Amino acid sequence: MAEAPKEMRAVYAETLVALGAGNRNIVVLEADLMKATGTGPFQKAYPDRTFNVGVAEANMVGVAAGLSASGKIPFAATFACFASRRAFDQFFISGNYARLNVKLVGTDPGVCAAFNGGTHMPFEDLVLMRAIPKLVIVEPSDPVSLKAMVTRAAAYPGCVYLRLQRKSSPVLYPETEQFEFGRGKVLRDGTDAAVVSLGALMAGEALKAADLLKAEGIDLAVVDALSLKPFDAELVLSYAKKCGRFVSLENGQRAGALGSACAETIAEAGIAVRFARMGIDDEFGEVGTQDWLLSRYKLTAADIAATVKKLF
Amino acid sequence: MDERERKALEETAKDIRALTIREIGTLGVGHIGGAMSIVDLLTLLYYRHMKVDPENPKMAERDRLVLSKGHAGPALYATLARKGFFPLEWLDTLNKGGTNLPSHCDRNRTPGIDMTTGSLGQGLSAACGLALGLKLDGSKATVFCIIGDGESDEGQNWEAAMFAAHRKIDNLVAFTDYNKMQIDGTTTDILDLERLREKWESFGWAVDEVDGHDLDQLDGAISLAKARTDGPSMIVMHTIKGKGCSFCEGQVGSHNMNITPEQVKEACAALGR
Repeated sequence: MAEAPKEMRAVYAETLVALGAGNRNIVVLEADLMKATGTGPFQKAYPDRTFNVGVAEANMVGVAAGLSASGKIPFAATFACFASRRAFDQFFISGNYARLNVKLVGTDPGVCAAFNGGTHMPFEDLVLMRAIPKLVIVEPSDPVSLKAMVTRAAAYPGCVYLRLQRKSSPVLYPETEQFEFGRGKVLRDGTDAAVVSLGALMAGEALKAADLLKAEGIDLAVVDALSLKPFDAELVLSYAKKCGRFVSLENGQRAGALGSACAETIAEAGIAVRFARMGIDDEFGEVGTQDWLLSRYKLTAADIAATVKKLF
Repeated sequence: MDERERKALEETAKDIRALTIREIGTLGVGHIGGAMSIVDLLTLLYYRHMKVDPENPKMAERDRLVLSKGHAGPALYATLARKGFFPLEWLDTLNKGGTNLPSHCDRNRTPGIDMTTGSLGQGLSAACGLALGLKLDGSKATVFCIIGDGESDEGQNWEAAMFAAHRKIDNLVAFTDYNKMQIDGTTTDILDLERLREKWESFGWAVDEVDGHDLDQLDGAISLAKARTDGPSMIVMHTIKGKGCSFCEGQVGSHNMNITPEQVKEACAALGR
């Protein structure tokens, strides 16, 4: 874990460039946010396979669907608010319902939208996406899992929604770690309580919370969900049973996405467990620094530690 | 196109009209108006212009059609069935549970359907993507796309229109089925499309304007559009909703209507079928 943090968007672009070298079918679409997503290196390497459609997300997703109908493997990226809210019907019908092969990447999830504020703050993208039948939904938690998930998405014959935090993120996994859709990972084992988090930002806060609680004699397990759909119910259940105190943690609405997936899994298994869902509690986003927003929406390590302690 | 071929195509179009009327008539209700208005175009595409193989519907080098106004699927199904993509008997199963012929086109259900459509406004974007993908592969195939006039209210069409012109997608030929009617009334009353030709021209497309029921005019326009090498083409077809269906021709109410067995008999008799 000594490796320095890496910019996630750089990893996204590097991975696509590498995949593109071996597979001429990999194509990239952007909607005037190429500078933000950081896919410039792909455009430089493969200009004929890069399509910047302008500020037109609906068309971007539709074009991506058409490209995939001709055998291409399109990776289309935009801010997660537009990927979900703006282009939902296009992704739903032209992509998913048509059983095509569109990889849609939503960047700046949740409070990561920071200075772009409430209009650009997707607390609901995962809730919307989870309602699409058979869609694969992943949110990598570090540069290694990001590279693995992008690689896997390229090889998977179907639609994928990949939620991407653009900024730097600590390396949590060894380069050789293997990842699968529908499989979470244990970032830190523990016995007194478990928190399952989604995404790099939340994994980082959860790990800090585990350190805080350790000082107070509480052994917190940190589970990295990675995949919201398919969902690793087995891993969630094993930690709910083992620890008896369970917290879900997400950078988005706590109703409808990870929190709901955990609640459904635990309730349907008939397990008695002290349980809390952390995330946005039926609120809109607003503007501020990412750190301020983490506090505003009670998603900091201290908030996690306090929530865990309430379960005792 | 010589006189003999035009006559044959006219007879084919009558067959397809009768098959479409019976297909929707068997169910008793359906989108007949906007299906009938594109039959002459479908006849020309499938019996003169498109490279397709009913025995091999996924043939790599085939031309593609995206029927963006997916509710006109029944006319396309009749065309594909007559062409031999699937048995004519399938037409009796339209919209019935488990059918391969759903109300709106589905690329996973029906042999010969290249794109799933029905949520209006999405087909032209998909057609752009298909055309770009084929170009990347060095394919000579053409992608055809049919959009409705009511459908043209959807903003996504105009995003795609800008994009196709910007990218000079020259293997894309689109048609507007301009029958001047949408569900709630005439296009003039609901949301006026004029000046439609100038709209497409100003978006950077080569535009032709034809009588969509005149096989010679339409054939000439398609040939010119296919030969174009500097960008996308739009053929605005002036059509009549319900064309060739005696009980609904030119009626606003024909978008989606109930049909009796007597009406089917009457309309087919009028077509000599």
